[in-house]
Amino acid sequence: MGLTAEDWGAIRLTLELASLSTILLLLIGTPIAWWLARSRSWWRRPVAAVVALPLVLPPTVIGFYLLVTMGPNGPLGQLTQALGLGLLPFTFPGLVIGSVIYSMPFVIQPVQNAFQAIGDRPLEVAATLRASPLDTFFTVVLPLARPGYLTAAVLGFAHTVGEFGVVLMLGGNIANRTRVVSIQIYNHVEALEYTQAHWLAGILVVFAFLVLLTLYSLGNRGQVWR
Amino acid sequence: MSADVGDGIAARFHIAFPGFTLDVDLHLPGRGVIALFGASGSGKTTVLRCVAGLQRAAAGYLRVNGETWQDEAQGHFLPTHRRPLGYVFQEASLFSHLSVRRNLAFGQQRIPVADRRVSWGQAIELLGIGHLLERAPGGLSGGERQRVGIARALLTSPRILLLDEPLAALDHQRKQEILPYLERLHDELSIPVLYVSHAPDEVARLADHLVVMEAGRVLAAGPLSETLARLDLPIRLGEDAGVVLAGRVAERDERWHLLRVECGTQSLWVRDSGLPLGRAVRVRILARDVSVVLEPGTGTSIQNTLPARVDSLGADDHPALALVKLQVNGTALLARVTCRAAEQLGLAPGLPVWIQIKAVAVL
Amino acid sequence: MKPIIKLSLAFALIAAAVGARADEVQVAVAANFTAPMKEIAEAFAKATNHKVVAAFGSTGKFYSQIQNGAPFEVLLAADAETPAKLEKEGSAVAGSRFTYAIGKLVLWSAKPDFVDQKGKVLKQGKFEHLSIANPKLAPYGAAGVEAMKKLEVFGALEPKLVQADNIAQAFQFVQSGNAELGFIALSQVYKEGKVADGSAWIVPAKLYSPILQDAVILAKGKDKPAAIALLDFLKGEKARAIITSYGYGL
Repeated sequence: MGLTAEDWGAIRLTLELASLSTILLLLIGTPIAWWLARSRSWWRRPVAAVVALPLVLPPTVIGFYLLVTMGPNGPLGQLTQALGLGLLPFTFPGLVIGSVIYSMPFVIQPVQNAFQAIGDRPLEVAATLRASPLDTFFTVVLPLARPGYLTAAVLGFAHTVGEFGVVLMLGGNIANRTRVVSIQIYNHVEALEYTQAHWLAGILVVFAFLVLLTLYSLGNRGQVWR
Repeated sequence: MSADVGDGIAARFHIAFPGFTLDVDLHLPGRGVIALFGASGSGKTTVLRCVAGLQRAAAGYLRVNGETWQDEAQGHFLPTHRRPLGYVFQEASLFSHLSVRRNLAFGQQRIPVADRRVSWGQAIELLGIGHLLERAPGGLSGGERQRVGIARALLTSPRILLLDEPLAALDHQRKQEILPYLERLHDELSIPVLYVSHAPDEVARLADHLVVMEAGRVLAAGPLSETLARLDLPIRLGEDAGVVLAGRVAERDERWHLLRVECGTQSLWVRDSGLPLGRAVRVRILARDVSVVLEPGTGTSIQNTLPARVDSLGADDHPALALVKLQVNGTALLARVTCRAAEQLGLAPGLPVWIQIKAVAVL
Repeated sequence: MKPIIKLSLAFALIAAAVGARADEVQVAVAANFTAPMKEIAEAFAKATNHKVVAAFGSTGKFYSQIQNGAPFEVLLAADAETPAKLEKEGSAVAGSRFTYAIGKLVLWSAKPDFVDQKGKVLKQGKFEHLSIANPKLAPYGAAGVEAMKKLEVFGALEPKLVQADNIAQAFQFVQSGNAELGFIALSQVYKEGKVADGSAWIVPAKLYSPILQDAVILAKGKDKPAAIALLDFLKGEKARAIITSYGYGL
């Protein structure tokens, strides 16, 4: 196989980044999705729009703003420095933050839709059966929203794997720290190393295909059971 | 209703929705089946939701058998999950991700063991669902789902049971399948049951106490037979106007396949439906099936002829018709007659008459 | 209006009237040459009536695009290798190649007094990140690595390198403060004969191989008067003045 140690490093790094970002997004995204699905507040619309922004903005724009925000003169950068964490650009945690923002709508929206599809009734039923709201969330809402969570996890993971622009702007192309597969492919192409580029790109294509296949299989099963 | 302090249900709710205002002040008995009856949109389900705490009336007060669940004047509102109630929704509301067994256990496992007055076996036996336990809710019929829903509510050992048109989504067949279970509930539970319905036959069969609602207000409330026989209320039952009497099967006439049902001091002959002697039954006598005569006729096919006294007369829902309230030894009955007949017979309060009952339905 | 300008204006009008080949030329320009090229294009249009339609980007990308049929007629590369390669492969007109500018490497920081006049800051290594354009792709990046190796600091500094996709991004990393300093093109910070802000050390030419930026006429521009005129113009006094004012050598 035509992969170098650096290529493998990039693959490992990509998987780590995607897994960690997906887990974080599911944790952060759940309360946001719940609020978006249930709240009747006026703020719901602007917040939903902000969550959807990464869908519309070019990734390089997101990356650029993150670079500036997390930089020494940016608000986030000053905060991380004050906390003794140093600066985030060119670091793996910095990439995780970038990925979380970049993939946010892909996780929040399916979960939000799943919450909305559940409706009020199961929550009311649970309340009449003495389940507190928190209890209801874990024993009724989460199990019922399972298909939404699967979709969200698959989409969030896959979208992070495919991320390029944000990492390009924020990563600094450092082997084993910020050089993910998409950047490595780009490097190969730019350096006219087409064979290696083909190998990595081929792996990505197969991966993407399998992910989408899984997703559509899940979707169909969901229709049978719902 | 009850004179005991702290007994019974006191409920006052006021909520204004766009285009609809609920304003009720109810005093209900602390046991038996209380039917909330009215057309759709009359606010009966909203009352039930207020009792459950699913809807919070800004001006509200609720006291159930000595416990205050809501008193907005004091800023007190017990959230639904802290109220010891059982609720059965109109349509199947079983958790689709849990088996029947785990649906049933959901409520039961959330109350302390010491508070479990309804046992697992009792609830399953009462609703006849023992064979369904391992099934998924999706595979049950509508009637089975409702029975599981009722059992699930009972297993929380509620101090009040709220039923929101539990039969509305079912066809006639399924209703007949479930009604006997509801009757058993009525007979075996010592807790009040609030039963929302717009079907007169369900009310006649199950209720002890009737609350009639219209456009968010209470039109009438009281014991079932009393309330049904009231003429001063525009109870728009139409063809279903009539009364319900409680009685017992007293005698069987084998030759003519008839049963004699004793209702208080009166006896009525009905078709033999195979009920055992001594069985408590309810009979329903519709106003349209009662005719009034001045003399006890001899040449008549009517089997049930009783002496009565005219209590009062009231308008019916058509100008040609009048409703006559009659007293038969302390039991009120309604008869539907034409206004012309009423005048020709000279019907007036106090007049002794005979009534002929063409049909009696045993419920 | 001076008579001479009047005269030239008249000539220009006449030239236009007789249809004296007012033409467009499609040029691919290395990103580091963006600012001077805009100025040159203006002067070129004034002098010849030809219009420059320029695309700015990385030389490596242009190479792939030209190979795959991009409509460029002239390439102003960031290096000498790419035009030579194109010429060898027959994608460029043989003999048209020449060096239009010599890039100068600078070690720059957005902070004043961070970079000293002798580049000792590299030996001291008191920084987190040193920005550099990907040395595999960008000549300035390669020059930076070469200079660090000659100063014998590359081994120590390698873990601190952050690689940018191109020289413009390398500049961005430093300017935003995320990297304290970086190797960039002098032309990026050179305004009116001096380094405009921050602190800089213009890396001595002996520390790296000269960054020769070559121009070439591409196959699509063969025999096209506007393309030939542009290359001639680049060799002329006016263009050279503009090029040196941006800190390039010649």
